[in-house]
Amino acid sequence: MTSKSRLHIPRPSARPGEAPDFSYLSLSEAGAVSRPATSATASEAEYLAQNLVRVMDDDGIAQGDWIPDLSPEQKVEALRLMLLTREYDNRLQRAQRQGKISFYMQSLGEEAVSIGQGMALEAGDMLFPAYRNQGLFILRNTSLVDLMCQCLSNTRDMCKGRQMPVMYHNRKGNLFSVSGNLATQYPHAVGWAMASAIKGEDHIAASWVGDGSTAEADFHYALTFAAVYQAPVILNVVNNQWAISTFQGFAGGERRPFAARGQGLGIPGIRVDGNDLLAVYAVTQWAAKRAREGGGPTLIEHVTYRGGAHSTSDDPTRYRPKDEWQAFPLGDPVERLKKHLVNEGHWSDEQHEALKEQLKETVMAAWKEAISYGTMTEGPMLDVSIMFDDVYEEVPQQLKDQCEELIALKGTLS
Amino acid sequence: MSQMNMIQAINSALDVVMEKDPTVIILGEDVGYFGGVFRCTDGLQAKYGEHRVIDAPIAEGGIIGSAIGIGVNGLRPVAEIQFADYIYPGLDQIISELARLRYRSGGEYFSPVTIRAPCGGGIRGGQTHSQSPEALFTHLSGVKTVMPSSPYDAKGLLISAIESNDPVIFFEPKRIYNGPFDGDPNKPATPWSKHPAGEVPDGYYSIPLGEAAVVEEGDELSIITYGTMVHVAQAAVRNAGVKADIIDVRTLVPLDVETLTRSVKKTGRCLIAHEASRFSGYGAELSATIQEECFWHLEAPIERVAGWETPYPHAFEWDYFPGQDRILAGIRSIMEAV
Repeated sequence: MTSKSRLHIPRPSARPGEAPDFSYLSLSEAGAVSRPATSATASEAEYLAQNLVRVMDDDGIAQGDWIPDLSPEQKVEALRLMLLTREYDNRLQRAQRQGKISFYMQSLGEEAVSIGQGMALEAGDMLFPAYRNQGLFILRNTSLVDLMCQCLSNTRDMCKGRQMPVMYHNRKGNLFSVSGNLATQYPHAVGWAMASAIKGEDHIAASWVGDGSTAEADFHYALTFAAVYQAPVILNVVNNQWAISTFQGFAGGERRPFAARGQGLGIPGIRVDGNDLLAVYAVTQWAAKRAREGGGPTLIEHVTYRGGAHSTSDDPTRYRPKDEWQAFPLGDPVERLKKHLVNEGHWSDEQHEALKEQLKETVMAAWKEAISYGTMTEGPMLDVSIMFDDVYEEVPQQLKDQCEELIALKGTLS
Repeated sequence: MSQMNMIQAINSALDVVMEKDPTVIILGEDVGYFGGVFRCTDGLQAKYGEHRVIDAPIAEGGIIGSAIGIGVNGLRPVAEIQFADYIYPGLDQIISELARLRYRSGGEYFSPVTIRAPCGGGIRGGQTHSQSPEALFTHLSGVKTVMPSSPYDAKGLLISAIESNDPVIFFEPKRIYNGPFDGDPNKPATPWSKHPAGEVPDGYYSIPLGEAAVVEEGDELSIITYGTMVHVAQAAVRNAGVKADIIDVRTLVPLDVETLTRSVKKTGRCLIAHEASRFSGYGAELSATIQEECFWHLEAPIERVAGWETPYPHAFEWDYFPGQDRILAGIRSIMEAV
């Protein structure tokens, strides 16, 4: 028999009109994966990349040795922040549909990643978010009005009208500027962490990319530099199964988990149930402790599902089953934490509904205030001269001239 | 004062700045223990330690990307790209991140990275060790671009570049690392010790970014150039017997338009010379600027002398390199024009 070479084109398990099929996802039972010491070698921790760290079982009961030391109040706060993120997303998604903002990206279904991780890190730790990490901004007390004003590109826009919606930053909150280019923030996080170590500080850095962006060169540069210098950094891959229309197989996720991408460099990888806030918190705490002890970087893959469209410009019904999220075996992070809290007697359906109502009002009040600073179509409008600021520390003569030219032109038109 | 070649002057600039400012660190391939393939960082790791002079993996995108993060965390990184020809894997980090960070964050974040890169031809380096990619970086809005032509300027400009809170791409014409080069490869090399700009102060001094230098004065013609071509132009002018202003641009961005236009308004004739290929080269911008600012003073069309629009060839190096003959032809053409 003659053998032939073969070109493999990855295919998702289901397309529109077909039944969702997540049989490709390898799952572990809650509590089944043991927690190694933070001093474990990459080889000793290798099993963490192949399994799935889960704390909450199907009944919402916490299991195993990854159960984090979180008080009921902290867990209720985590639930509140996830719900707030979701409500914030709802409002802005609608604002885009109403033509008030140009574009939006929800984090529906992935809220536990930002909230769980943000809670496990310290205020002095520097975060280099991707575009679906709005939860980090909300968790670190960026005012909703400020976030909305950024999306509105209005007179209070932190970016001074220069960035598309969702490209936030928060200097005081140690949140880096979100880039529209993919994975570029990964080496920044590693460099920041290197500088932290050079300065002898114990602040660490963390960054996020999606499954799709692991194919970018910057992902590999970052892992190499993190490994070489043992930088105190947590590198996260949010595997939400879909990069716009290409499923995670197109980033090379068919044969090995993304968490295993660090193995060749000796970076421990943890594959975690990204919809299990307690598990996300616990593995982040492990990685942060390890980094602060001089143990270097950790790669964490969060297995989750992109509940909404990639962005408001995308229609996922054209490439995946409509009901795929409902069939996702790891469920909805909000419902799962709620079930856990209800089971433990710290929460109730009534409290949950009341909280949702209250958050809706909070978000609506913020929105009303935000639009008072202007929208894309209604004033007040930004002063166009700020277009020429901040290209350099000082405005060079050529830009001063161009600014004058524009203002003079606008003067003749009005 | 000491006699220094350009390598020693760059080394001295790094040494002086590192001594003065403990936040300055160096990152690059072979820069640490070995001291750099061109020796520009020689002795610095021994003096300042492995945490300040850091050997990097062979990943230019990683060097530039991590340097940005290092800069955001309050240090002042100087990244070395071993050859300008190798800078391209880092282009996205330069264009999309380094150049835009201050702007996109409303002025709240910046990263004061300096990227040093030896550039230019004349060293038998073929297409992967001879390029002059400066024009790419002048188009970005948000990075400054510098190319010195002497040890004295190299030190003063590099100190300014490192101290700038704006990112700077600092190109070092490697053909003139060891001595000024007049474009004739058959003549014995001249060392910097015979050139006045090889006299370099040992301590701290700086040359502001954004100021061109008039290296020779004359009233018949203005030659606008930078890097190695400054010396080629000087030799050509001597041979042509014309009285020319020779202007070394030094800082390509921001451009010192004032010095350039003052000269061309005086002479009425302008020749622009650079090693990089002509089409969409930096000379196109210079030519357009001169035309816009000096049109009514021009007595002849602006002449450009540049590399041919081919990749940099190995065997035909001296046919590609815009040497004295080509400058002389340009001068003749511009002086004969009525």
